[in-house]
Amino acid sequence: MPIKVLVAKPGLDGHDRGAKIVARALRDAGMEVVYTGLHQTPEMIVTAAVQEDVDVIGISILSGAHMTVFPKVLKLLGERGVDDIVVIGGGVIQEADGPKLKALGVRELFDSDATTQDLIDGIERVVAEFGRAQKRTDAARSTA
Amino acid sequence: MAAAAPRTIALVVQRDLARAITAIENGYASASAAGDTLPPRRESAPAYVVGVTGPPGAGKSTLVDRLIESFRSNGDSVAVIAVDPSSPFTHGAVLGDRVRMQRHSGDHGVFIRSMASRESGGGIAPTTHHAIALASRAGFDVVIVETVGVGQVELEVVGVADVVIVVTVPALGDSVQTIKAGLTEIADLFVVNMADRPGANKTSVDLKHMVRESGKSIPVLQTIARDGTGVGEVMAALTESRGHHHTNAARSVRFDVVREVRDRAVRRALDVLDGSRGRSILERLANREMTRAVAREELLDLALEEVIHAD
Repeated sequence: MPIKVLVAKPGLDGHDRGAKIVARALRDAGMEVVYTGLHQTPEMIVTAAVQEDVDVIGISILSGAHMTVFPKVLKLLGERGVDDIVVIGGGVIQEADGPKLKALGVRELFDSDATTQDLIDGIERVVAEFGRAQKRTDAARSTA
Repeated sequence: MAAAAPRTIALVVQRDLARAITAIENGYASASAAGDTLPPRRESAPAYVVGVTGPPGAGKSTLVDRLIESFRSNGDSVAVIAVDPSSPFTHGAVLGDRVRMQRHSGDHGVFIRSMASRESGGGIAPTTHHAIALASRAGFDVVIVETVGVGQVELEVVGVADVVIVVTVPALGDSVQTIKAGLTEIADLFVVNMADRPGANKTSVDLKHMVRESGKSIPVLQTIARDGTGVGEVMAALTESRGHHHTNAARSVRFDVVREVRDRAVRRALDVLDGSRGRSILERLANREMTRAVAREELLDLALEEVIHAD
């Protein structure tokens, strides 16, 4: 089944050319990409992710607000009882912040040197490792 | 009369609905099992299902955004199933309809779900009808189904909706031609959107002529969905049709059965073609051990036998 990815642009950052290129590249790699437009709050991102039941939330962030946005998204997912959507990020994220975000539960971070192929490979890897598709298939089989 | 407080649906039910739709979409669960986590709904009061279809760029998503707003102000809870096309080559899709419905994000009475059309060519996804049934079961009063941008032949929305709105825009060149053949046969309501553009009245008049020639009485309305102009009239027509939407049930069920028969037949035929017997015929053809015509006959016999004698 296609991997379903939410490409989210939080906050005041008004640059979404990169996010759109990412969306196209993921589509061309056979993924189903939900694009939500600019200026998303963490609440909007989580609502969209839950309703769309995506495998992955990819947050593109260039504004420097990553230490606010990622924790908020992870907290809201927990509050909505969702523990099987993988959160990843990309953009301008200081090296020192990477380990902190990973400790919070962000599974992968891509810097501005990453190619779209790096993204595709990375998403396939985190979905294989942390994704729920297999879990749910197994659960459905065991109750069938 | 004071409007009732708009109804909402518990967030946990919305999450379970989202998961149930995924289970159906990806084949993890059967249609009957997928909704098991949802609270039971009274069979006597299913959701009112509004289909919105029309050519690409006609403003379907923007109109849907306005309809959500109007249904909410009447108190109805609203689920939207928005279908976008899958690439026939990579099977990937960009699902962007939500972008125009963002302002309802914080409203717990609104649930928006995108679906990729997957292998279906009918304007909706193969499991859209199940997603509608699940949204109805979850308690939504209204389900709006937005199709992919369609031409003349993607008409499957008629099999799932109680009422079908066909949206078009003025001066699409030969827009009336585009929507003439198939779409006019499924419309319960025509909306000429972007009515502030030149040519709106001509498009409306052309449509009205066409409706008259067909011997039906289908309303032709004008809107500017961007600012909400004319949406009140669309809602009035929907409210009117909601009272007797069971009259559309016969048409809808007939269409839905035809689609289901075709889908099942195609699935069975594909199983045979991709199975060992089918593959061996195709191999012999590839090795020039039989002609194309003979291979075609043998495969057709094989597939039809499977389709006709299936359980």
